[in-house]
Amino acid sequence: MSSTIEVLPGRAASIAVAGEAGGAMVCDKHSLAGSVTQRACVFCGSRVVLYPIADALHVVHGPIGCAAYTWDIRGAQSSGPQLHRNSFSTDMQEMDVIYGGEKKLERALMELIEKHQPKAAFVYSTCIVGVIGDDVTAVCKKVEAAKGIPVLSVASEGFKGTKKDGYRAACEAVYTLIGTGDTKSIGPLSINLLGDFNIAGETWIIRDYFKRMGIEVVATITGDGRVDDIRRCHGAKLNLVQCAGSMTHLAKKMKEDHNIPFLKVSFFGLEDMSAALYDTAKFFGDEQLMDKAKEVVRDEIGKFYPQLRVYKEKLIGKKAAIYVGGAFKAFSLVRALRTLGMTTSIVGTQTGDKDDYAQLREMCDAGTVIVDDSNPLELAKFCLEKDVDLFIGGVKERPIAYKLGIGFCDHNHERKEALAGFVGMFNFAKEVYASCCSPVWNYVPRRARSQRPEVSGQKSDAESQTEVAS
Amino acid sequence: MLNGTTAELVERKALRINPAKTCQPIGAMYAALGIHGCMPHSHGSQGCCSYHRSHLTRHFKEPVMATTSSFTEGSSVFGGMANLTQAFKNIFTIYNPEIVAVHTTCLSEVIGDDIPTIIKKSIEDGSIPAGKIAIHANTPSFVGSHVTGFSNMVMAMVNYLSEKTGTTLNQVNVIPGFVEPADMREIKRIAAAMSANIVMFPDTSNVLDGPLTGQYKMYPEGGATVAQIKSAGDSIATVALGHFASHVAAATLESKCNVPAAFLELPIGVGATDRFISTLANYAGVEVGPAIELERGRLVDLMSDLHQYFHGKRVAVAGDPDQVIAITQFLVELEMKPVYCITGSPGNQFEKRMHEILDGPVPEAKIKQTADLFELHQWMKNEPVDLLIGNTYGKHIARTENVPFVRFGFPILDRTGHRFFPTVGYMGAVNLINQMINVLLDKKDRECDEEWFELVQ
Ligand code: SF4
Ligand code: SF4
Repeated sequence: MSSTIEVLPGRAASIAVAGEAGGAMVCDKHSLAGSVTQRACVFCGSRVVLYPIADALHVVHGPIGCAAYTWDIRGAQSSGPQLHRNSFSTDMQEMDVIYGGEKKLERALMELIEKHQPKAAFVYSTCIVGVIGDDVTAVCKKVEAAKGIPVLSVASEGFKGTKKDGYRAACEAVYTLIGTGDTKSIGPLSINLLGDFNIAGETWIIRDYFKRMGIEVVATITGDGRVDDIRRCHGAKLNLVQCAGSMTHLAKKMKEDHNIPFLKVSFFGLEDMSAALYDTAKFFGDEQLMDKAKEVVRDEIGKFYPQLRVYKEKLIGKKAAIYVGGAFKAFSLVRALRTLGMTTSIVGTQTGDKDDYAQLREMCDAGTVIVDDSNPLELAKFCLEKDVDLFIGGVKERPIAYKLGIGFCDHNHERKEALAGFVGMFNFAKEVYASCCSPVWNYVPRRARSQRPEVSGQKSDAESQTEVAS
Repeated sequence: MLNGTTAELVERKALRINPAKTCQPIGAMYAALGIHGCMPHSHGSQGCCSYHRSHLTRHFKEPVMATTSSFTEGSSVFGGMANLTQAFKNIFTIYNPEIVAVHTTCLSEVIGDDIPTIIKKSIEDGSIPAGKIAIHANTPSFVGSHVTGFSNMVMAMVNYLSEKTGTTLNQVNVIPGFVEPADMREIKRIAAAMSANIVMFPDTSNVLDGPLTGQYKMYPEGGATVAQIKSAGDSIATVALGHFASHVAAATLESKCNVPAAFLELPIGVGATDRFISTLANYAGVEVGPAIELERGRLVDLMSDLHQYFHGKRVAVAGDPDQVIAITQFLVELEMKPVYCITGSPGNQFEKRMHEILDGPVPEAKIKQTADLFELHQWMKNEPVDLLIGNTYGKHIARTENVPFVRFGFPILDRTGHRFFPTVGYMGAVNLINQMINVLLDKKDRECDEEWFELVQ
């Protein structure tokens, strides 16, 4: 099969092989018309980033679909309010498209704010709003004045770019909140966590490490997020930016306007997680803090290392394919897989840029295929060619991996296990092991033909019946 | 999450809270996957396409292929003609489908792209190669719902493909409606058991419930072939299941190719399945036969065993109009009381038909189209029910109100049964009864006082 799959002519420049010659990769552009892209839109980017702010109202201004598909699909946990998990939409109808939806939006906002008393409201524009030209910002201002809470317009019209532009629009919206709260009680050893979304409770895990070091986490943006925390987060002394793709923009703005430095970190994998704690301690230049960081790392690694070694023995030499949203996660995953003795044969992202891909080429073993904005056929082709044992991706990739008889780990927004932090590495290893080494693959013809007794050529009753019917 | 829902009802005009529907294109995409060798194409920005594919994947746990026109700001100003032409070229060159089924999105609808003209031009300039086919359906989401999108795409199949050659073929068309692959498989099994020769379109069995082979096939084995859909114009008759999903296509076939149509409801429960089976037998000129009679007998036997348990139970039903209409009739057959019945889709026919069904047996029933789950929940708070039937989104309500819950309809994102067990036909009814009785008795076993906890039920 692999030999029959071609690569779209326009796609060749978006594929590279580590260790081989080649220019900079073409990336960060719109997907080719007619490709089965795995990519989403600006709206999707904004929604992903802002959704976990649990005490805010999230209203999708547009036809019903955009809202329906983003309704409670991911486990961005909240320790308090659950308002964000509802789906609020203006459900635009034909008349709204013709005469404009501003009135409807205004009414919806008034009603909802009245009822739920949220701390702030985010209004997402979808494609159609961008075309019919509703002045969403004006509506937001009006409602804000009437209701006395921040009502923020998120310029997330889907067609106006890629998911990355959606992150940016989200950052802009969040930014308008920052600097409006009281920072008096914030101490000198204080940070914000940017770009962790508390999927499967990850923010809680990370928060706890810093608490053990004696560091105050002012705001978590946006995992288990609260509006009031965000309003005062400019009082923190340092921003830690995880998932750099989505939040660097915000960190840069906070640096410019509030003079808060930031560090890019990752919480995935033992190495990266430890580095995040050490770098934070180093930043504050406090020996005691460094000792505490070391203590946390020692305790945690001590807890999980023995079990990790057991998994490593089983996983050593296995090959993985990675296809994730952001490049930063890809870096971490390549390293985390190494910790488990595995190699990365294929690595791709939806939103990586030139520099990201250059770095991936450098850090991956020679022969690793590197792709930008791939499609299922391409991914299947490379998986078979490289004969990988594991695929790390999102919801759309899972069934493809399974069809090929390949193990799968969801490292996207729909993951059910916390994969961040030291315990996350343990969970990751467990999940990878459970999937890679599952006995189910022994029943897959491609992998196990030789072990299976020959079946006779006779068709079962069910099969012949279906044939008659069709 | 729903702890804030209050019993107090307020009129809402501008607002949808927790919708009981979604948008047209996803229905069109699902229908298109029921054509063999077809690539569904979403004419709009890439986000919509990505969402639809993800959502279908969450429901079917299968790869879902579709391409997109990848609109940019430029296309939103100048129209999507260049994108679609380019898309045709790329799709046929690389993915090599037999047919591309284009649906629009809100964006391309508002811009007003004229798809037939673009298809025509693309054929002329070779972007659609000779021997290959493109069809299209208009699917603006600010009108109707995902069911409308499904219906529009099935109608497009007839419009573009079905032909009358003059020689009547010994076959009956079945348009199955927006049902699961398992249901379509069941309809074929029933027809085969009766030796009725049918052509069914769309047919997503063996497309979205395929086996694991170690191979990845972009175009799985299943699906109605273009030749079959073409031949539908020469069939003896059409049996269309479900007013909202199938009737337009059947009516189009009737007027275009003069194929008479029987407009039925989804064959869920005894009566509706009886009507389907006898209509099919009639048209196909076959006997129902002992195999199917036996299944019916076993279903009725089960109903008699359990009728005491179902009697008078209050039920809330939410879902797509064809499904709600059909299952409500079944609930009435079981002497249950479907007191709240809503659909998110618009359509007066829904309320009219539901009143016909319920005004006699359950005069107190509340029936509403274009409703949402928030409202249904409020009704349940005012006067509780014993059972909730609906898609996965009902689970929040079920948990908050501690009501037994049977998942039924689209989408089901958190369980697997729908992928294997049909709800149509006599055996489908057995499956539904099994699910209902289990959740009802499970609750009793979990919560009743020790002295009422019984070994034998
Ligand atoms: S824009 Fe329209 S077609 Fe696209 S997801 Fe939203 S509702 Fe559906
Ligand atoms: S309409 Fe636009 S905003 Fe909505 S899903 Fe589609 S691309 Fe995204």
